[in-house]
This record gives sequence, C-alpha cells and structure tokens, in this order.
Amino acid sequence: MKEKLTSIRQEALALIAQDGADLEQIKIKYLGKKGELTAVLRGMGALSAEERPVVGQLANEVRADIEAALGEKAQQLRASALEAQLKAEKLDVTMPGSSPAVGHLHPLTQVQRELEDIFIGMGFSIAEGPEVELDYYNFQALNIPENHPARDTQDTFYIAENVLLRSQTSPVQVRTMEHQKPPIRIISPGRVYRSDALDATHSPLFHQLEGLVVDKGITMGDLKGTLEIFAKKMFGESTRIRFRPHHFPFTEPSAEVDVSCYVCGGKGCRLCKGEGWIEILGAGMVHPFVLSNCGIDPEEYSGFAFGLGVERIAMKKYGIDDIRLFYENDERFLEQF
Amino acid sequence: MNLSRNWLSDFVNTDGIDNQEYSDRLTITGSKVEGFEVLGSEIENVVVAKVTAMEKHPDSDHLWICQLDAGARGNNIQIVTGAQNVFVGALVPAALPVAKLPGGVIIKDGKLRGVESHGMLCSMGELQLTAHDMPGKEENGILILDGDCENRLGEDICDVLMLRDTSVEFEITSNRPDCLSVIGLARETAVSFDRELTVKEPVVKGCSDGDSVNKYLSVSISAPDLCYRYAARVVKNVKIAPSPLWLRMRLRASGVRPINNIVDITNYVMLEYGQPMHAFDYSCLDGAQIEVRRAQNGERFQSLDDIEHTLDESMLVIADGKKACALAGVMGGANSEITDATATVVFESACFNGASVRVTAKKNGMRTESSARFEKGLDPENCMAGLQRACELVELLGAGDVVDGIIDVYPTPATQTVLPFTPDRYNEFLGMSIPVEHMLNTLTKLGCRVEDGKIYVPSFRADLGCMNDIAEEVCRIYGYDQIESSSMNAETTLGGRNAKQLFEVNTEGALVGMGYSQIQTYSFISPKYYDKIRMSADDAKRRSVVISNPLGEDTSVMRTTALPSMMEVLARNNNFNNENVRLFEIASIYLPKESKNELPDERRVLTLGAYGDTDFYALKGVCENLLHLAGIQKATYTACTDNASYHPGRCAVITAEDGTLLGVFGQAHPLMAQNYGFSAPVFVAELDFDTVFAKANTEKVYAPLPKYPATTRDFSFVCPEELEVGTLMSVMEKAGGKLVEGVALFDIYRGPQLGEGKKSVSLRVTLRASDRTLTVEEADKASKKILNDLKFKLGLELRA
Repeated sequence: MKEKLTSIRQEALALIAQDGADLEQIKIKYLGKKGELTAVLRGMGALSAEERPVVGQLANEVRADIEAALGEKAQQLRASALEAQLKAEKLDVTMPGSSPAVGHLHPLTQVQRELEDIFIGMGFSIAEGPEVELDYYNFQALNIPENHPARDTQDTFYIAENVLLRSQTSPVQVRTMEHQKPPIRIISPGRVYRSDALDATHSPLFHQLEGLVVDKGITMGDLKGTLEIFAKKMFGESTRIRFRPHHFPFTEPSAEVDVSCYVCGGKGCRLCKGEGWIEILGAGMVHPFVLSNCGIDPEEYSGFAFGLGVERIAMKKYGIDDIRLFYENDERFLEQF
Repeated sequence: MNLSRNWLSDFVNTDGIDNQEYSDRLTITGSKVEGFEVLGSEIENVVVAKVTAMEKHPDSDHLWICQLDAGARGNNIQIVTGAQNVFVGALVPAALPVAKLPGGVIIKDGKLRGVESHGMLCSMGELQLTAHDMPGKEENGILILDGDCENRLGEDICDVLMLRDTSVEFEITSNRPDCLSVIGLARETAVSFDRELTVKEPVVKGCSDGDSVNKYLSVSISAPDLCYRYAARVVKNVKIAPSPLWLRMRLRASGVRPINNIVDITNYVMLEYGQPMHAFDYSCLDGAQIEVRRAQNGERFQSLDDIEHTLDESMLVIADGKKACALAGVMGGANSEITDATATVVFESACFNGASVRVTAKKNGMRTESSARFEKGLDPENCMAGLQRACELVELLGAGDVVDGIIDVYPTPATQTVLPFTPDRYNEFLGMSIPVEHMLNTLTKLGCRVEDGKIYVPSFRADLGCMNDIAEEVCRIYGYDQIESSSMNAETTLGGRNAKQLFEVNTEGALVGMGYSQIQTYSFISPKYYDKIRMSADDAKRRSVVISNPLGEDTSVMRTTALPSMMEVLARNNNFNNENVRLFEIASIYLPKESKNELPDERRVLTLGAYGDTDFYALKGVCENLLHLAGIQKATYTACTDNASYHPGRCAVITAEDGTLLGVFGQAHPLMAQNYGFSAPVFVAELDFDTVFAKANTEKVYAPLPKYPATTRDFSFVCPEELEVGTLMSVMEKAGGKLVEGVALFDIYRGPQLGEGKKSVSLRVTLRASDRTLTVEEADKASKKILNDLKFKLGLELRA
C-alpha cells in the first residue's frame, strides 16, 4: 500500500504541475469521496495493527502534500490572471481628464468674503442696510449737512429730495448705532452708487466695506493695530501700513491709509507706481457729532471707523486693470478665479 | 490750489528744502501735494540780445539776417529770422545753441537757405507765454523786450522775465478753506518745518486830502443771515494799466490769468489771503449806495462773462440804488465791470454764508474761484486784512489814490472759540505720548493762543471745535507714523455671520459645486428691459424706483426683477461664443412703495441662467438640490403656462408645502430668447431668495439608518401623454401609505405600438418598515393597494 500511496502522490503532483491543469478535477480524482486516495484509506481495514498507523500517517502526508500543491497552484493562477487583467486595463494617463462642470465664485465675492472672514476673526459681525437710503442717514447724520461742500466728493444719484442711492455704506453704521448699544464691532459690506461715468477705473456702482468699533476707551492706536492685523492677513505678514492725515466729515482725526506694496515690499514697482505704498483705506476716529447724533455719549465712548473699496482691492490683488470686467461677466473672465 | 514757492518765501523761509522734501513733508502733515512743476526749467540758453544790424536774406523775400549783441554771451551773433517785427536796436530773447525751449525743442546751429544762423529769436509763444502774461506785446512776432533790458544783455531770459518758480499743486480738503491761500499754506509750512511765519499787517497811506469814503458810498445789509460782514474802500484817480511783471508772474505761477492792475489786485489778494475780493466801477453804481439783499424772484442779471441769469430770492446780490451789480460771492455784473475808462473803484471785501453761495453758484451754473472759497465757510475776520492789502497794493503799483476811511458793516462779530487744553486726554485718545511742549509749539504755530489751560482758537480755524480736532492737530504735526499700534482693550464681541448671511454663502457654494458661476450685475437697468423680457404692460413690476439724475436711460431705474440682467449677461457670453454657460446671481430687487419719498422694499432674489449642454430637467435638478439644501422637503412643482418670459409648455412654479410661491423656472420663451439673440434654447430660474430662506429649515435632525432590508416593486403603465408623472407618483405614495419609502421614475417610453398621445411610465416603489423585515405578503398587499388606487383614481392598468 505504501507503494500505492507514493505513486498517487507522484501522479497527482505531476498533474497539478501541468499547464492548464484542471485543479477541481484533480481534487475530485484524488481527494473526492470516490477519489483514489480515499479508496486507499478505505482499504486500511485489511492492514495489520502495526502497519495501520504507519500507512495512515503516510496517507495523511500524501493528502496534505496534494492539498498544498493544489493551493499553491491556485494561488499562482490567480496571480497570473490578475497580472493579465492589470495589463489589459492599462490606460493612457496623458489623455485629458473628464472634469465635472464646476462653477466659479465672482472675484468680487471672493475678495469680499476674504475681507469679511478676516474681520469676523477679530470679533466683527456683518451689518446690512438699504441701498436706497434717506439723505439723513447717508449725509446729515454723518456731519454732512445739506449744501456742504463735502457732498461734491460723492456725486449722488437721487430718487426724491430726501431719498438717494447710498454713496457709501456709512449709513449702515448710523443705523447700527441707533439700535445697538456699545460695544459695537461691525463691518458693513455692500453696493454703493456714485454718478461717475463708466470707464476703466470708475463705475457708477461699486462695493465698499466699512468697519465700525464703538466702546469705552477705544484709541487711534487701536485703529492702527486693527488695520495692521487686517493688512497682514490680506496682503502678507511682512506688510506695513502708513497713516496720512486727511479729512472726512464723519471722523476726526481722519487718515488715509496706505499699505506697503506687496509686490516690491516698498522698494517701488509698476503696481505701486514707484511709490512703495498703495492707498487702500480711509479711516479715523468717529466724530463726536456722529456719536451724539446716534444717542451715544462721546464723553463716555469713543470709536473708530474705516472703509475700503472692494473693487480696488480685487483689482490690485488680481492685477485687473479695467473695472468694467467685473460687470461684463464674460465667462472666460469668471473662470479664472 | 497752486502755490508759488517764490510767493511763499514772502512769509516763511524755506531755504534748503528741495521741492520733493517740501512736498513729502506737507503731505505727511496733512496738506496733500498732488505734484509740483518747476517753471522755466524747460528753457535753457535763451538770453537777452540786441539787434545791431539787419539785412535781407539774398535768396528770400521774407527772411532777415540779424546781427546780435548778447553781452557776455557774445557779440556779432548771426541769426536768421522770418519775423517781420524785428528792427535794429530791438531787444529780443535769443536762443543760443545748444538751447532748449518748452516742449523739448532743441535749437542748434544751422543754415537757412545757405546762410548760417547761430540760434533763433523767440516769440512769446515759444517761451510758453501768452498775451495776458506780456500785455501790449506782439503776439505773432518776436517778443520785443522793454528798454530797461538794455543793460541786461546776455542775461538768461528766465531771470529777466521772472519765469523761475515752482508751482506746487495742493489738494485742499473742504474743512480747510484757510489753506486756499499763500498765507494759510505758509502757516502750514512753518509748523511742518518748525520755522517762523512772518505776516506783516498791510499799511495804507491814504490821501489825507479831506476826502472821505462816506462822501462816495453808504452800505447796508438787509440779509444779515447771508452776509456776515461787508467792508469797502474807494480808490480814485485810477489809472488802469497792466500789472508789473513780478505780480503777473506770481499770478501765472498760481494758474490765474493777468488782466489789469485793479483786477489783478483782487485776484492777488484772494490768492494771498484767501479772501475773495470784488472791484466795481464806481461810476456805474446808481445812488451812491450799496445794498446787500436777496434777489427778487425773476430778477435779471448779466454776469461779467456776459451770460444772462434769472435770479430768485434764495440768492444774494450786491445792488446799488437801482439794480443788482454782483451775485454775492460768485461773480460781478457786466454793468459795473472795470474797464480801461474806469476812474474810481470800489473794493469789496465781504463774508457771505457758504451754503447760500454754493446754492447760488450751482443754480446759475458758474462755480468760480470766489464761490469755491466762500462755500467752504470763510473767516469774517479776514475781510479787513484783505481790503487793506488790496489798497496797499494800489499804492505800491501807483494804480490810484486810496480815499481815506473804511466802510465796515459787521452786524454780529464772530465769537471767540475757546477749548480746554487737555494734553493727557489727547494722548490717551490717540494712544500716543506726545510731549506737552510739542503740543504747545504746534498749536501756537497754527495760530492758537494757549493760556491757563485754555486754547483760544484763531478765527480762521472754524474747523477746530472739539477735543478730537485738537488731538488731530497735535498728532498730524507730531507724526501719524508715531501712533503706536495697539489691540483693543474692550469687551469681547461675538463676531460672525447671521443665519441669512450664512445661508447665502452656503447657497453660493452649492451652486458653484453644481457648475454655476456667479455674476454681478448693475442694480439699475433701462425701463425698456421690461419689454425685452416680455413683461405684460399692466404688470405691477413695471413700476420701478426711478433715478432722477441717471447717467443714461440704460441705468435709470432700479430693477424689480433680475431676469433682464441675467439675460443680458447670457447674451453677451453667447456673442463671445462661450459654450455651455451656466450662471447665477444673488441680487437685490427694489420694489417701490406708494410714495417715492418712502424707501422701497429691497428683496434678495436668486437668478439662474444656462444655455448649451443643459435642459429643463437639469435646471429643475439644480432647483431641487437648492431646496434640499434649504431643508425644504415638500416643494410642489406645477406647470405654468402664462408667464410671458417662459415657454408655456416648459415652465413650472415652485411652491412650498403651505402654498407660498418660491419661484419659477423653465425654458425661456423663444420670443424672449430671440430678443437676446438666441435661437437655441435658454433656461432660466428665478427664486425668491428671502422667501426660500424664510421657509428654510436648516436645523438638521438625525433619522436612524434602516435596520431592515427594503423590498422594491416595479410598475409600468401606459397612460395618456397629459397625465403628469408627478400625479402618478403622489397617488402611489399615498396608496402605499407608511411603508412607501420612495417612488422613483426609471423609464419613460413612447412608441408607435403604444398609439398616438400615449406614453409608458415605469416606476420603482421602495417599501420598507423600520421595525421588521417586510414579508412577501405585506409587500404584495401594499402593491395591490397601489394598483387599486391607480385603477380607480386614474384608470390605469399595469402594462401587459
């Protein structure tokens, strides 16, 4: 019987080793219920008590060897099948991708959101107000009475004698101060209107973002500190700011604020027209007249305000030289952002 | 304001400060310099020369060969000229090679028709001068210089004609009318560079001949609310003549045209003191009197520039016994203009109400140097100094004899502003530590008197009225760059966006993710745009907020719908041949109230627009996604056939569960599309963003994930084309009851075997219970109920 088992082993292993061997058939032929090895085991009863364990052990070895060979062969076959599949599935990775349609947020919105987020991070909330506004909120409450020459700097669209298209977002500040007690820390982004004919640098409609802080003990140093943080976040950590005296009727002292040119760092280049500085903000300490007009005691509270043009920042940031592009909405323009 | 640095040096010594340094420093202390121009710098090597001999050019009938004596620059210089006004003995400006003239002209040695010419004789135009700068001189020929140049041969023409100066252009803010003057800017210069300001009080000798101004004139103010002060003096024996060269050149450097001595004096004083002046021809004044009064409604007035004006009672005039002779603070009248024949002059130096002058100038369409100053509010205390300076100049120029006596009507003298001097408070407020000494020096140099803790503000600084104003003064001179940045030492505030603002940001993000790009369009449109979108003639939305002073019709009304703006942008993109365009805008519309004095209702709307590779259902899918994002689960889509902007068979309105209208969308009506140049389909949607937000449910609540498997059942029906799938689905949902998790459409088929007007609709119903696996019996029971309802409610049978 030993010889029989040994020849089964030889025969089976040889079959398994063949190319294209049918492993399932081989398994049945030798290990199945009616298989050759099973038949040998059935005949074990005829063996003597001494022979039985020896032959039994051999039979088990043979079975284990055949099973191992079957397993190994199956593993080989799967591996080569996978290899063939992977080879067949090879792609030309240089062919263009089929991208899903993706839209683009308008560059002005992108800049506005960036500005908003910087100030939100400093504890500001966003205040809104009407674009069609009363003369009172746009001018009078801001220390610009009727027939005041300061009105010349903001050519205004009128609806009726006392109704106009707001020429600045400052009326939102007044409305906020009327309804909210300090501490106040708001920004008011939005559309403003001035009767400027449309050209490469002027638009009768543009976007402003103004900020207002009112609280006890607010100083001009706080204004500078706040704007410095803003400038660094917006234009880079190495940005410096510069205050120049100016006049706005609703702030005193007032300043025009420049940031160091973020292209040349202040050495002078094309962007900053060789000056090293770019004017981007108007700012100042809220005029006591404005505070008391809104029912806030200027002896107890002080505050600062600032304002900037969103288009101006976007134009500087993206190198856009014509403001009209923002309102043409040519998709070839929009998809660049 | 253009400032002559020569003139400035009358009041403050700025030696050693170059133009750039001067401009930078003044800008940084608050007087913004726009730029400066070095006058005369374009002229080089042009000198005074005398024509010593002339002969005709042998080959020309108009050229002259001149020999010139240019003193130290050479004798017997030969220059050929074509001018005909040159004569032997004439003193002329000669450009000697290599010479430079304005406009980059270079003069070199040359030959004219074979004759050597070593330079060029110059006309006034070639030196950039006008007949106003050089009165009485030939404009078309060579500039013949005055005889007193005889002993200046060879000297540079720029020195001889006083052309060298620097004109500094300032942008003066409206709160500082005092800086619209040489003295005002001299004061700023002095404080900025810590130098001394010297302003001499004008001295008028007078005639001492017993004559008195009161014999000539009486003045009354009948509108003291509009005229705070009126001062006048009379000059007799006037000799109208050109002003001297130095005065003309100062006016020229300031951008003012010289006219004659009397008019030039008024302009000179306005520029020097910031006090607008006027001069009347006394002989034209009726009744030896001046009345400052309101104009009568309809009163006629002809201004100096010969323009007729019709006045009204809001305007102030300077009148004699019979007529208006000047529009107060704006312009004099043609009826009392200074002429060459003027023998007696009345100088006016007055102070008028700023707002009144501004309105008057605006209504009459003539903003003048005078009105531009008055409208900012001038100092009544400055009137007398201006008047005296004018008379001093009259005597200096020998333009006439100043009659003794001054008329000064000043009903309510200005009060002195006194503010507390609180240096600690300034520093605290500014966040600075400016030394008190520095503050005192600044305020004193600015003209304030500081005594006993009080600041006595000078009358010319009406803008200084509170602590903030003083803080600014001490700060700007000390340096804004010295302000130390600090972080707010204040109560914490919670920043952020409110729910609505967040919703807008999220919606934008979702739309961008779905392939839509955001646009920004103007809020104002043309009223014609309503026709273009086929809005019906009686639609209430045609009533818009109207701009009374628009730039043009295209931007004359505030839009009540954002659809036309979207269509314009789509059309523009189509014209640019941009393919597959998908756009959105979240914008405001402006719905007027009854009265135009009321503020309109401003609402946010979301507009979508697309053409190219898209269709109705793609757009509907976007709307569905947006409502899903808003947490609006049960919106209804109903066919809409009567919106003229939309295809009647491809338009739906969206309503919320409670019936509130949320929006409309669909394919643009082919006729509207045509109005925008489209022949292919265009798809648009208009959602009322405010309402969508109001109905939004952004509170998310977790629904447990299903534990038990779902069973699906597929149904196919043949039904009439008119039957909407939505109806089928809702009948099935209701019929299946709680077990129906969803009904989905998976096929629609139309074919000849179904017959005309029929379609086959295939739907899959998903059934699930949350607490058990459904048995086949339960699922069958639900299916049966569904089929039953379809049969009885819609008459449908399963497709065989």
